Amino acid sequence: MSAEFWGMGGYAVYVWGSFGAALVIYLWNVVAPHRRRRAILNRIAEAQGEE
Amino acid sequence: MNWTWFHRLASPPSFFRFAQRLAPWLGGLGLLLLVACWFGGLVLAPADYQQKDAFRIIYVHVPAAAVSLTLYVAMAVCGAITLIWRMKLAECVLIAIAPVGASFTALALITGMLWGKPMWGAYWVWDARLTAELVLLFLYLGVVGLNGAFDDARAAARACGLLAIVGAVNVPIVHFSVDWWNSLHQGATILKFGKPNISADMAWPLYCGLLGTYLWCAAAVLRRTQNELLLRERGTRWVRELGTELDGAADVS
Repeated sequence: MSAEFWGMGGYAVYVWGSFGAALVIYLWNVVAPHRRRRAILNRIAEAQGEE
Repeated sequence: MNWTWFHRLASPPSFFRFAQRLAPWLGGLGLLLLVACWFGGLVLAPADYQQKDAFRIIYVHVPAAAVSLTLYVAMAVCGAITLIWRMKLAECVLIAIAPVGASFTALALITGMLWGKPMWGAYWVWDARLTAELVLLFLYLGVVGLNGAFDDARAAARACGLLAIVGAVNVPIVHFSVDWWNSLHQGATILKFGKPNISADMAWPLYCGLLGTYLWCAAAVLRRTQNELLLRERGTRWVRELGTELDGAADVS
């Protein structure tokens, strides 16, 4: 990848800032529900263990 | 018309399995489209003659803004179903949409600010479009907060449903604000009648991004709906049976 590409014609901060923020939000929407599922399943498993 | 299939699908265990099968396909197809969008938008599309490379922010800003409105409409419809028919699945979907919608509304605002600074000279102006989108974020966060404030999940969902319906008045305000008031924000490029104001080599990555983001959100909403179903039905037999089944597969799923 060239310096021209990463430079984005002087708008690098704005373009890469936007795409970076987007990457975080898109990934969060996969990771957060997945982690919550594991937490819920653990809770259910613990509750079953106590019975 | 025979509604048996609908009642069967809407029962928690059936919908859980349905979502379990569907979500990976939606997420996978969404990912392919998003990769195409980002590659097309960042590498293949030519720089705009006026905005130069800064216009590329459109590929994250417009899809985020589009889903922020569509998800709100879906949430308000679930709110109406919740209040009228007390349907459990609609309650779960309503609660599931709120954080997804909030995250993409925040993304639309952040990317809008990063686009506004080089083009307008300011990160933020109290413009009709921007202000209404900010109100949209507060409505989503209001639903998330309201849901957390109740101990009883069903009472929480009814309160959230009411807030979602009342807040729906903001959706047309966001959408038409650029036509109704003098705005710094530009008018519609694609989502309007007639020919879109964008050339084909710039347009196709945007269409990929829009469809990809919708699919990505649909997968996220299905996953969160599954979580709500598990939580509410944790005392039932289908969850106990599923719990042991999924627990073993938790690392691979």
